[in-house]
Amino acid sequence: MASRQNSVFRYVDWTTIGLLLILLLFGWMNVLGASWSFDQTNWFDFTYRSGKQLVWIGTALLIGFVILMTDWKLLQASAWILYGVMLLILLATPVLAHDIKGSLSWITLGPVSIQPAEFSKYTTAMALAAYMGRYGYKVRSWRDLLVPFVLMGAPMAIIMVLQKETGSALVYASFVLMFYRKGMTGNILLAGVAAVFLFVLALKAGATAAIITVLAITLLVIAYLFYIRWKDSRRFRWSHIWITLLLSAISCGFCAGCDWAFNHVLQDHQQRRIAVVLGIMDDPQGAGYNVNQSKIAIGSGAFLGKGFLKGTQTKMNFVPEQATDFIFCTVGEEWGFVGSTAVLIVYLILILRLITIAERQRDEFSMIYGYCVVGIFIFHLTINVGMVLGLMPVIGIPLPFLSYGGSSLWGFSILLFTLLRLDAARVEQLR
Amino acid sequence: MINDELYKRHHVVQAIAILVVVIFVARLFALQIIDKSFRDKSDNISLVKQTIYPPRGLIYDRNGELLVYNQPIFEVMLVVRDMNKGEAPFDTLAFCRAMRIEREQFDRRMGEIRDKSKNPGYSQYRPQVFMTQLNSVDIAPLQQEIYKLPGVSIRKRTLRDYTYAAAAQVLGNIGEVSQKDIDNDSYYQSGDFSGRDGLERTYEKVLRGEKGMEVLMRDNRGCIQGHYENGALDRDPIAGDNITITLDIQLQLLAEELLQGKIGSAVAIEPSTGEILALASNPTWNPSLLIGRQRSANYRELLNDKTKPLMNCATQAQYSPGSTFKTVQSLVCLQEGGITPNTMYPCSGPGSSPIKCTHHHGSPVTLLGAIEQSCNPYYWQAFRDMLEKNGYGKDNENFRARYQLWVDDMRSFNLGRKFEDSDISEQSRGSVPTTDLYDKLYGKTGWRAMTIRSNSIGQGEVLVTPLQLCNMVATIANEGYYITPHLCKEDSFLEHKHMTAVEERYFPVVKAGMGRVMTNGTGRHYALPDGITSGGKTGTVQNSRGRDHAIFIGFAPLDDPKIAVAVVVENAGFGATWAAPIATLMMEQYLTGKITRTDLRYRIGTTVLNANVKSRK
Repeated sequence: MASRQNSVFRYVDWTTIGLLLILLLFGWMNVLGASWSFDQTNWFDFTYRSGKQLVWIGTALLIGFVILMTDWKLLQASAWILYGVMLLILLATPVLAHDIKGSLSWITLGPVSIQPAEFSKYTTAMALAAYMGRYGYKVRSWRDLLVPFVLMGAPMAIIMVLQKETGSALVYASFVLMFYRKGMTGNILLAGVAAVFLFVLALKAGATAAIITVLAITLLVIAYLFYIRWKDSRRFRWSHIWITLLLSAISCGFCAGCDWAFNHVLQDHQQRRIAVVLGIMDDPQGAGYNVNQSKIAIGSGAFLGKGFLKGTQTKMNFVPEQATDFIFCTVGEEWGFVGSTAVLIVYLILILRLITIAERQRDEFSMIYGYCVVGIFIFHLTINVGMVLGLMPVIGIPLPFLSYGGSSLWGFSILLFTLLRLDAARVEQLR
Repeated sequence: MINDELYKRHHVVQAIAILVVVIFVARLFALQIIDKSFRDKSDNISLVKQTIYPPRGLIYDRNGELLVYNQPIFEVMLVVRDMNKGEAPFDTLAFCRAMRIEREQFDRRMGEIRDKSKNPGYSQYRPQVFMTQLNSVDIAPLQQEIYKLPGVSIRKRTLRDYTYAAAAQVLGNIGEVSQKDIDNDSYYQSGDFSGRDGLERTYEKVLRGEKGMEVLMRDNRGCIQGHYENGALDRDPIAGDNITITLDIQLQLLAEELLQGKIGSAVAIEPSTGEILALASNPTWNPSLLIGRQRSANYRELLNDKTKPLMNCATQAQYSPGSTFKTVQSLVCLQEGGITPNTMYPCSGPGSSPIKCTHHHGSPVTLLGAIEQSCNPYYWQAFRDMLEKNGYGKDNENFRARYQLWVDDMRSFNLGRKFEDSDISEQSRGSVPTTDLYDKLYGKTGWRAMTIRSNSIGQGEVLVTPLQLCNMVATIANEGYYITPHLCKEDSFLEHKHMTAVEERYFPVVKAGMGRVMTNGTGRHYALPDGITSGGKTGTVQNSRGRDHAIFIGFAPLDDPKIAVAVVVENAGFGATWAAPIATLMMEQYLTGKITRTDLRYRIGTTVLNANVKSRK
């Protein structure tokens, strides 16, 4: 026991823990800044969010400690059970939930409310790692990815359909990054990028213009293919022409479908949020209010920011959800360009570190799990900060370790510390 | 490490993370560094700059009596946008109840506020005045309810208040600044008050002090959350400076009392200092009428009154000086060698030509007798001889040169022009007709002494204001110089000393003549009691608007003048009957501190000569 404890602390990745502590400390300062009111005199008053967040941080670190103390084999072994239990909880949540702002994703346990979706990311990642980490598993064809897609899609569907939490559900899409690393064709990523591009184009410029663009690109590609034939006919394949035409047809259909889907499939508020981001609609009092206020808050921070606790926009409640999803506003307003960039760089270092950790694993389980964590962090950072900066539609997901909230903090801590536990075990195994 | 063929793919994942962060940093750079518009927006939305008005300077009279002070008032301000921002709709009924107004009144006033043609500075984001000039009792119910009413705030200001219902035209009043004021002086903002006329306007920059400012933080519901940066940007207001004015309020009150029921004015100056002791103009009003909520209604009434109370007759009305002009006429004729004190002219009484005499006296008369008896033929002949001293000359040259000399001499008494170095804002110029004017009227050779003979007795084209008359007599009392008449008791004015063109040696004889007016002449019934000597000159001015104007100028005591007075009562008849008593009562009051001729005071003060003159005290 003593030796294991010793070894965990010797081999745990202190760089990651250091980065984590930086983010937690800075996050707490910003929660304090965002929720600071002028009658508050004590920073540690537990009736205020800053005080509560301190409790969340303390318990999160405690959970992390417990995970580090746990046998890694036990963690691996519990993957399936936890996944199953969590699916049941997710299913039960809408029934047990208190309606908070139209979403049915919170259950109340005594004094605290918990959002199970924050934890199902972990169980899903573990289940994926368990399935794909089996001896002999390899992504060779679509069939190999069928089960992982079901594992990923089940909680996603429950959260989206039953809990109506589109944002939390979309997070599961981040596992695509891990699939890619483990062998899924990169064309899927490209197709995703192309789809987003066409979607934006179709909504902004209209379906017709998008289709014309697609046809123009098709012509260029075919011209290029015939150029190759003329130059070196051995490299020419007719199949390339057919594939190009097929993709072109699919793209045109997609563009036409986007318009229809936007107007008929998406809910009203989702349509508006997207339209605002794309600049189709200007609605500073409605759907654009959050983002507009958020841009004002960030912009007013200028180079050096207004200083700790001196932000006026965030503190005066102009920015909704300022301590949770819009916490990055406070960073921007109080710490300016310098502070915001510093936070982004700390995140980047953390993500790159996590990639390094994932890459250095010796067993598939740990590596797959590591890439799940990497995907989740990249996704949260991209969507959250993108939303705050007005680059993404408003999708309510927290910024890891900075946003106020116990569930998300616990969820991210469990994700991170489990990876650190598995990473430390890598050295133990070696010995 | 797992060696697999897909190892390179981790670079793609790294690149995605780096790309995302780079895009975000670029976006931050655009929002925070390049685009500066957000900074201003943020200040507008969450910071409220609220003006704190300083108390205006107080005004004291020359004896330290407080004349003008401040009373606190309250204004109810609304930010229209914030009213409708709360979770519950704005509680109009509670607001109306607290303000003690009807719903219709509220709707009408809101309509006015929103109407850009009536309220050009309207913005739904900025505080708009809903109701102003409420006292502490009016505002009390709202102060209790205000926490429930988003967008409503109370602003404290001060209003003028007056110890005496006197000197309205001198003190002036305060009103809201016009767009022009705002354009001219960046200190002002819409809704500010400033002195509109009188001393309040002249000494606006001294009295107004400096506005303070609070920078407050407003949350998203429009509720004020406290001072920004703990009040680091707040500025305390600086109270306006007090001023002491030259008026003797007791003398002013007496002058206004005596002028009641008449149109006219009375001016008193301390000759040695040029300090104006009294500057009364009737009709007048109680200055308290032009403050508070009733200001605009009262102002309109004053403006439409046919007797023109808003005009300060003492400085703006212009009259022919009539016989009072004979005093300076004597001096100029002496100076320019037209006459000597011993020159005698014949007078045939009412049968004289071209100007008849209105008095019966012996003939011929010397200068002393001419002043005493106000002999018209004497002055016509003296004026003629002075102008014709060198004959008419080629093309009337010599005559015109002499006339120009006369004009220059008269101007040296500050007749025919404003007191430019004074602090009296509303003045008329009066008129001393120039050579050019007559050249234009008659041609260069077309006018003779005969043509302009009326000027010799102050009835022609010469026009003076009562202030100029008073300054004229103060100059005679001083024997040759005057200090610019002024209202603010400030020593720097004593440097504004002006010498006349008439040498000092010519003055004693004129003063002696004026002394004889008060003992033997037209002013003899109103000699001062207690043996106080005085000099004076009456005037009865023919005019086109009915009965003659009564004019009197004088000073006392004769040998050491302490006070110079000029009184004009319009359409009153003889100067001796109406103007002289007012002037001598004022002298008595100022020199002895009391009035012994109480019957005279009562009779003059209660006589109504013009039924249209309203008392607004």
